[in-house]
Amino acid sequence: MEQAAPDPERLLQPAPLEPLSHPDTGLESVVGEGAKGARDEGPGDGTMTESNFSLKKIEISVSEAEKRTGRNAMNMQETYTAYLIETRSVEHSDGQSVLTDSLWRRYSEFELLRNYLLVYYPHIVVPPLPEKRAEFVWHKLSADNMDPDFVERRRIGLENFLLRLASHPILCRDKIFYLFLTQEGNWKETVNETGFQLKADSRLKALNATFRVKNPDKRFIELKHYSDELQSVISHLLRVRARVADRLYGVYKVHGNYGRVFSEWSAIEKEMGDGLQSAGHHMDVYASSIDDILEDEEHYADQLKEYLFYAEALRAVCRKHELMQYDLEMAAQDLASKKQQCEELATGTVRTFSLKGMTTKLFGQETPEQREARIKMLEEQIKEGEQQLKSKNLEGREFVKNAWADIERFKEQKNHDLKEALISYAVMQISMCKKGIQVWTNAKECFSKM
Amino acid sequence: MEGECRASPARSWGLPAGGAGGDSPGGDVPLPGSISSSALLQTEVLDLDEDEDDLEVFSKDASLMDMNSFSPLMPTSPLSMINQVKFEDEPDLKDLFITVDEPESHVTTIETFITYRIITKTSRGEFDSSEFEVRRRYQDFLWLKEKLEEAHPTLIIPPLPEKFIVKGMVERFNDDFIETRRKALHKFLNRIADHPTLTFNEDFKIFLTAEAWEFSSHKKQGPGLLSRMGQSVRAVALSMKGVKSRPEEFMEMNNFIEIFSHKINLIDKISQRIYKEEREYLDEMKEYGPIHILWSASEEDLADTLKSVASCIDECCKATEKRMSGLSEALLPVVHEYVLYSEMLMAVMKRRDQIQTELDSKVEALTSKKADTDLLTEEIGKLEDKVECANNALKADWDRWRQNMQNDIKSAFTNMAEENILYYEQCLATWESFLTSQTDLHLEEASEDKL
Repeated sequence: MEQAAPDPERLLQPAPLEPLSHPDTGLESVVGEGAKGARDEGPGDGTMTESNFSLKKIEISVSEAEKRTGRNAMNMQETYTAYLIETRSVEHSDGQSVLTDSLWRRYSEFELLRNYLLVYYPHIVVPPLPEKRAEFVWHKLSADNMDPDFVERRRIGLENFLLRLASHPILCRDKIFYLFLTQEGNWKETVNETGFQLKADSRLKALNATFRVKNPDKRFIELKHYSDELQSVISHLLRVRARVADRLYGVYKVHGNYGRVFSEWSAIEKEMGDGLQSAGHHMDVYASSIDDILEDEEHYADQLKEYLFYAEALRAVCRKHELMQYDLEMAAQDLASKKQQCEELATGTVRTFSLKGMTTKLFGQETPEQREARIKMLEEQIKEGEQQLKSKNLEGREFVKNAWADIERFKEQKNHDLKEALISYAVMQISMCKKGIQVWTNAKECFSKM
Repeated sequence: MEGECRASPARSWGLPAGGAGGDSPGGDVPLPGSISSSALLQTEVLDLDEDEDDLEVFSKDASLMDMNSFSPLMPTSPLSMINQVKFEDEPDLKDLFITVDEPESHVTTIETFITYRIITKTSRGEFDSSEFEVRRRYQDFLWLKEKLEEAHPTLIIPPLPEKFIVKGMVERFNDDFIETRRKALHKFLNRIADHPTLTFNEDFKIFLTAEAWEFSSHKKQGPGLLSRMGQSVRAVALSMKGVKSRPEEFMEMNNFIEIFSHKINLIDKISQRIYKEEREYLDEMKEYGPIHILWSASEEDLADTLKSVASCIDECCKATEKRMSGLSEALLPVVHEYVLYSEMLMAVMKRRDQIQTELDSKVEALTSKKADTDLLTEEIGKLEDKVECANNALKADWDRWRQNMQNDIKSAFTNMAEENILYYEQCLATWESFLTSQTDLHLEEASEDKL
């Protein structure tokens, strides 16, 4: 059974319980260079105020990517990319960092980590991974996973993922996450040993709950709608952006042809020759400038993509709530019907259909002793049921409270990040315009000298 | 529809004073209103120029400077025509002003066609009046061109716009097509007017001034169809023989023409392609902006930022549209005209070669003593004169053409660069103001939080 609150076993405990090589176990991460979004300087909840933690700051970076070949589960050769994760601890006093851990992980291991977190922290909006395959690609970019530009962008995306985890007040303290960063061998086995796959809700069950739940919290319904809208609008935006990029590429590149023709033409001209030649050079510069411009824009697209994938994480939390609520409703219903049965047996009136009632009619009445036994059983079941209902209610409320706290945290993060992304988009446009002005001013000068 | 306008004294066309002081050409006859209006024109010309650079242009040697501010293709006011003058020749010598406008559709039982109104204003003595208005159709322009080519086979006659668009629509009555053609026809007539020799051609004068019936009867005169056919058959036969020896300078000229033709065709294609890519870019951008508005509907904190981004994108769309229209005004027609010019030049070279071949074949006949020597010698004498005339005419015209080409190309590309600069400047201003507004808001919010 999943728990609404973070499972204490999953959280890092003070040193005595964990055979770790480091004197302290608290994780508070500091944003490494080039990382975005990790602003929370550590958890604000009660668990971290325990003073037996001496907090050291650590930096996480995914610094390299390497192509590897190996054998997969079916003993067939495959090529994959491995990423180097380096963890550095920063000394308070002098600010210098020391490399404490470094290991290689591949994308599937990141996926495993995330799936585990989804199961154990269903009330948390778990940060998404960068895309598995390149999507929203415009024609020049390849959709090949081995393409170096794609690998580079994915490296940045994975680093961002880890930084988001490290800056999350609750997730940063997860043991499996810690081991992901520090224990190279055997980590997969460790994760699987938690048996988290068994604890995962079946998709079918969740779907069923979504349709049948009668009284979910309104805020979650709204959140679901919001996440649907967010996903739809960002997908649309990314699609059109890719098309715009394509067209812009065309405009710039065709100008490059001027360069060649001007150069050839200048050969037959006496007075115009120099002007033509040098103008042609500027046309070449103009045409080649688009490559960097669009490369930068890909990073902007990646920032949007992260929130596109976050929409799914939001929906996961909503689904969990619906599941719990449905479970609760079913338990309440079951309890009510048992009470009903009990009452009927006790008073001898049969108001509702029951199988027992029917078999009694068919095969004869039961003896008073049998009836007493049944009433007793039911009464016990009712007692149990009431207990369960109470704890389910409690769990449900806890879940809603904790989930909503994280959702508020998420909302603020989202607003901040997306605003920054839009501003960075404007900055990119400004840079592109400035480059354009410079090139065309140079070209104009050459033309006017012809 | 056609009619000859007698200019009223109030509207008489004085000399363009321009910036170069106003000497009256053909100075004997004081032109009505010229003295009083020249001063007026001078000030008005300067007033039109708000751009400092163009003022400087007027005060320098105005004859061959590039003219950016007024497109030569906009035949709006007489004053804008003054600026067109500097396009080719000394302002003092311009005394013939032509506009082509008001395309009109005519439907008869046999066909539908378009006529264009042609207004001519002149101070020349040989014209009966100082203002004329006629209507002509494309066929008439073709006739004029052929007559000019006949009369001056080795002069570089300005090109006519094509009969049909080769690719794309073949529909003759599409609005864009008609407008493009009208502008090209306007250019055509003005180039003839500016040409030192062609401007005095009799057929040209009749084209500009004759009433409909007068014009059609004039067209019917001249060498009959058969004789024209006969000439062209001979021409083909001669050209089959090939030119024995082309003088050095004409070899160079031919070489230039070949390469120029190839390059200008490429540039034409490249320019058209850029226009097309920009159009498609604009179409996508138009869809891009509104998505941000759609998004803002589901957001609270982000709504304003998203709406601002959407409006920036819209501004950039407008700037793109402006850039595109600038391109289609200033660059595309000029480049295309020179594509047609290059074809014209090759025809001129051929005609020159033919004339020389005629001479060469007669000389050959003389040396082989096949026919009557006396007759031949006489013929050869005439042909030698003809060849010399033709060569000189071409040489002079060639230099003039080269100079004009240089100015036109320089002007067109400078305009293109200017359009691009303006475009980027506009977009830059839009995004910079967005950025300022966002950082201002940020500071505002930060200070609010502190309170």
